[in-house]
Amino acid sequence: MCALIGCYLRIALAGFRRYATYRQAALAGTATNVVFGLIKISILSAVYAAQGGGSVGGYDLTMTITYVWLGQGLLSVVQFWGDADLDTRIRTGDVVIDLTRPWNLGMALLAEDLGRAAFASLARFVPPLAIGALLFPFRWPTDPAVLAFFALSALLAVVISQGIRFLLSLSTFWLLDPRGVSGLYRVGGATLAGLEIPLNYFPSWAQTALWFTPFPGMMQSPIDVFVQHGSAAALLAHQALWAVLLTVAGQVVLRRAVHKVVVQGG
Amino acid sequence: MIEVEDLGRTFVVRRKTGLLRRSREEVAAVTSVSFRVDAGEAVGYIGPNGAGKSTTIKMLTGILVPTSGRVRVCGLDPSRQRTELAKRIGVVFGQRSQLWWDLPLVESFELLRHIYRVDPAAHARRLAECTELLGLHEFAATPVRQLSLGQRMRGEVTAALLHAPELLVLDEPTIGLDLESKERLREFLAELNASRGTTLVLTTHDLDDIERLCRRMMVIDHGQVLADGPLAELREEVSPERTLVVDLERPAAPLDGLPGVVSVRTEAGGLRQLLSFRRDATTAARLITLVADRAPVHDVSVIEPDIDEVVKRLYQRRSPVA
Amino acid sequence: MAEAYSSLIRAQLRSQLSYRTSFLLNCLAQMLAQANDLLVIVVLFGRVASLGGFGVQEVLLVYALSGIAFGLADMVVGNVEQLPQYIRTGRFDVVLMRPMGSLAQLCASDFQLRRLGRVVTALGVLVYVLSISDIHWTPITLLLLVITPVAGAVIFGSIFIASNSLSFWLIDGRELANTVTYGGNYFTSYPVTVFSGWLRVFLAYVIGGAFVSYYPALALLGRADPLGGPDWLRFSAPVVALLAALAAGTVWRFAIRHYRGTGS
Repeated sequence: MCALIGCYLRIALAGFRRYATYRQAALAGTATNVVFGLIKISILSAVYAAQGGGSVGGYDLTMTITYVWLGQGLLSVVQFWGDADLDTRIRTGDVVIDLTRPWNLGMALLAEDLGRAAFASLARFVPPLAIGALLFPFRWPTDPAVLAFFALSALLAVVISQGIRFLLSLSTFWLLDPRGVSGLYRVGGATLAGLEIPLNYFPSWAQTALWFTPFPGMMQSPIDVFVQHGSAAALLAHQALWAVLLTVAGQVVLRRAVHKVVVQGG
Repeated sequence: MIEVEDLGRTFVVRRKTGLLRRSREEVAAVTSVSFRVDAGEAVGYIGPNGAGKSTTIKMLTGILVPTSGRVRVCGLDPSRQRTELAKRIGVVFGQRSQLWWDLPLVESFELLRHIYRVDPAAHARRLAECTELLGLHEFAATPVRQLSLGQRMRGEVTAALLHAPELLVLDEPTIGLDLESKERLREFLAELNASRGTTLVLTTHDLDDIERLCRRMMVIDHGQVLADGPLAELREEVSPERTLVVDLERPAAPLDGLPGVVSVRTEAGGLRQLLSFRRDATTAARLITLVADRAPVHDVSVIEPDIDEVVKRLYQRRSPVA
Repeated sequence: MAEAYSSLIRAQLRSQLSYRTSFLLNCLAQMLAQANDLLVIVVLFGRVASLGGFGVQEVLLVYALSGIAFGLADMVVGNVEQLPQYIRTGRFDVVLMRPMGSLAQLCASDFQLRRLGRVVTALGVLVYVLSISDIHWTPITLLLLVITPVAGAVIFGSIFIASNSLSFWLIDGRELANTVTYGGNYFTSYPVTVFSGWLRVFLAYVIGGAFVSYYPALALLGRADPLGGPDWLRFSAPVVALLAALAAGTVWRFAIRHYRGTGS
């Protein structure tokens, strides 16, 4: 058991190192995220200017600006649109090699993704946040414990995002061309998670519907935890539920996929 | 056809030397290369990886501008008259494709006809010729991504010939091909050179390509031409030694003292012995008889010095240790 | 040249249209990508009545003009984004070895018709907005309506080409180019008045974003520039497009010279 956990730790470490080699890319990516953040802040500020301050959906202007910088940083940690590595390996049949290894493929990929996320939280999350905190009105949590909840929430966000991406990749086993499906997810997923505008700006019926899905758990939840909007316990519970559900679903679908490969030969 | 005089190309490399400090360094890929290739020749251009082969080819085709020296290809200055030159030469890369990945092979040919502005009748005639000689008809309608490497290379060569170039430059054309495909390609190129008089310049790591195709070999290393001449002559000149590998029935002491043998190495505790000998001093047949007299022989084979060995020797010979 | 270009495009179309389901799904994804930005505008106007002094119809007009221009540019020259792959795999050398312009080859060789999806969504919004807006139609406004998407597409195309030329120097040039290409699309979807400071100066005037949608929209609506710009500025998009194209061409040629080792 210990050896097994050690194995996944190693994979996570390898994931960290693999992405740590792309430091220039991280720098360029951060520049892009910051520019997009500035544009987003301008647009959202215009909303407050138009109504003469106050709050929109429970966010005041400072919370909204904090939301933008957290979001621009979390974007790379959560990674809505990952590389199509696994899809390609499934399409070409190389996945058989991964399946014959003495590991659980789902867990191995999760471990690698957590390693990647750990690097991203240093290289991609901190810089936009620092810019926001230093140069803009910024809302820090009033209680240090909130930071711990935020870290946990961000971790769950990564698990949920990876769970969805894993299921999308596995669909390659059944679909002729999965790029259409993942294309749709790439387009809409991030917005439904709250990347473009805070979900609490949406009409209330849309908000109710969205919170029945895992999407808010990938972005809106950690941000809400940080700016202390809503109950942290409820937000974390929603995330934990979806993290478990998606992980279990991933395992079930993986088992069927393996069965398909073994019995039908792919 | 090609005139190269004192050609040189340096690249600027920036290296991290400290946390923020960077050093600027000039690295010469090609130092000073001179040669001439006449119309109708077939020249093998060889050298180890990083020797400056691709850099030379890029300068010959006009992609890269030389930092020093002079190049003329087909009477044109490649870097200034790149597009004009492109219509008169054909280039084949073993490791990159000039075909359109998702399109059927014939469609790539059709597109190239438009790009090179080839007259439809001439295009059709040449395509028919290549189709016949290279057996393209089996897969002409298949998308390029579904072709085997051998099939793709036949397509690549055809693509490079449709505008009837005077000069065909091939960069490692046989890399990764199976023996049959290699042979087929060599046969076609030899025929092209012999009957149509198309000038061939090819880089390769496979000495057989040179032996089958090229009457002349040029060796380059560290950006300089080390040798230039007929293959057999060069090999004889720098590597007169061959190695006889003898597998014995039983281990024996090193088979020293045979006439003409330069050195003896033993492997597997004396069961296998490698005898280096000079070709001008003895022959393999004579040696085998001599060895058989001293110990029961199970198997023998002869190793020719390989291309890297030849290049290494050439390099050692040209630059005596300072 | 034109014939070679059109035959390259036609070959791509044949190949892409032969996988019909895949093509339609990809098209749909592009339509939704454009609709995504529309959704944001609609939600924002669910909260307020104006943004930067402009009402919902006016902002939608700006958004639609920007979307059409960006979609067209993305379809025609968006493929310069593939430059890093072309350089890494040596395919760019193959391109340079042919007797046809490198930029035309690069853009035509992987022409993606699915990007028309963006244009479809934006065009739909444009038709809707024009049908409900109170626009004083004259030959001039009609001409403006036809010229604006073309001029905008030329401006965006120039931005695509000039910014992606960075890939000749930087491995991650494409990522930086995104700030002005996709970032430019984001910016031009809203009236310039929403923005301020150097961000506005850079995106609106240095790279020419304001002329893609903001000024032409003002002219169509018959509104004066709230920022105090002279009235002729509202009709200057074609001139800006021409200048942008010239600048992009110069940058590209300079980049090619650098790649071939003559520049630096």
